[in-house]
Amino acid sequence: MSLEYTSSEMMTVTAARALENGTTCFVGIGLPSEAANLARLTHAPDVVLIYESGTLQTKPDILPLSIGDGELCESALTTVAVPEMFRYWLQGGKVNVGFLGTAQIDRFANLNTTLIGDYREPKVRLPGGGGAPEIATNAGEVFITLKHSRRAFVKDVDFVTTLGFGRDGKGRDNVPNIGKGPTRVITDLCVMKPDPETKELVVVSLHPGVTREEVMDATGWEVRFADQLESTPEPSEKELGILRELKARTERAHTGE
Amino acid sequence: MAEFLSLHDAVARYVQDGATVAMEGFTHLIPFAAGHEVIRQKRRDLTLIRMTPDIIYDQLIGAGCAKKVIFSWGGNPGVGSLHRLRDAVEKGWPHKIEILEHSHAAMACAFEAGAAGLPLAVFRGYIGSELPSVNDQIKFIECPFTGERLAAVPSVRPDVSIVHAQRADRQGNVLVEGIVGVQKEAILAAKHSIVTVEEIVDDLKAHPNACVIPGWAISAIAVAEKGALPSYTHGYYGRSNRFYKEWDAIARNRDTFTQWLDENVFKGVQNHAGENV
Repeated sequence: MSLEYTSSEMMTVTAARALENGTTCFVGIGLPSEAANLARLTHAPDVVLIYESGTLQTKPDILPLSIGDGELCESALTTVAVPEMFRYWLQGGKVNVGFLGTAQIDRFANLNTTLIGDYREPKVRLPGGGGAPEIATNAGEVFITLKHSRRAFVKDVDFVTTLGFGRDGKGRDNVPNIGKGPTRVITDLCVMKPDPETKELVVVSLHPGVTREEVMDATGWEVRFADQLESTPEPSEKELGILRELKARTERAHTGE
Repeated sequence: MAEFLSLHDAVARYVQDGATVAMEGFTHLIPFAAGHEVIRQKRRDLTLIRMTPDIIYDQLIGAGCAKKVIFSWGGNPGVGSLHRLRDAVEKGWPHKIEILEHSHAAMACAFEAGAAGLPLAVFRGYIGSELPSVNDQIKFIECPFTGERLAAVPSVRPDVSIVHAQRADRQGNVLVEGIVGVQKEAILAAKHSIVTVEEIVDDLKAHPNACVIPGWAISAIAVAEKGALPSYTHGYYGRSNRFYKEWDAIARNRDTFTQWLDENVFKGVQNHAGENV
């Protein structure tokens, strides 16, 4: 008998499984933080989580609402100043994986968190770059997780806040001292990876029960599927239990004072 | 040597109309009490610098204090948009503001360069990003030794920096604990500085490597108990996540925002966010 779970839980568990034990991961707030902490609480107890607030090797018991919650500092091995975080730890090459969310992503995995519309006359103003532009280029590789929708998955982003592979897929070619870039995108429908040659995102794995049509409908370009299309393994009972406990603890903490 | 002033007098002396002001604190120790004092004194045409504008700058922008905002991530952390920032940028209310946006790495490096007395910060950044096409303060230079192309931004040198900290001793030396952000860099980069503290103590009881800012590097110290609420002060009180969530509804609408400002900032001079959450 298979377990019941939501598509959001499927996404988080799949994203968590992407992180190997022992990896040093620079974590974005929101979905990446949820996935990274689930990884730490399940198969990857020795994963090193770093947040841009300067908290190094942190083990929060609840998910932070902001990137600088006290919980991150109190459970960290040490907390360094923000310039040190970006200069020594990120730019210095100590981070294996940057784990990011985004508002918009395009077929070459470029990320837009700046705005929808024209820069001088924005339709919707988004928060901006934050740590992402340098996380995406200075980390060894980048994982991205977000919900699948036509609004989020566009052919070309309105603005490249953060480099995936550039508007032509060649944005990292011949650039010295740059990471591999996005190596996987985990959504609530599927897992995508860049084509080794063109760098265009290709669906490599469908989550159980999800059809090709659903992914095509939720993607703003003519998305391709890998020849060896896989089925993403279902979440285990243990993973779901730990994730639900984590979210319940977090909810209790955030609704209190 | 730091002078002990009331928050009113410190802001009146050091924050002038048209000044470039950095109120720092990376989601921790955000100087809300000082921000509210700036609003009460109706300062205008400020260039406001902050990595994460947070709701403190949302309030200053909505109150009409800002001419320009320099930032790297302008959201309500974990909640969503800063509606007053968006309204000013998208619709020009209460007036049009200019924005100059960077990445966190750029701003952190720019504060550090300011503290180091350098004209610019150099770092490996902005590769492939379109931010340089909308921010003329982002340039690229060639490393004279390796030829590598590196990003350069001007250092941050505010007229005045304002930060909140746990405590000062009677000589005005300040201890900052927890997430220290760019607090020290902001103070050292600025011409003048105001530090608000939870309390004044006889002995900081700081360990040898603690983040201590000497009193002689600070212009003014003002006591502002719970002066960081609804943000938090490590070791004193927690972040009011509830207020950050409530802010979304307050700030979404011009009328509810104006009413909130009247009731909580203008009417009660003794009030700070701590009594409203």
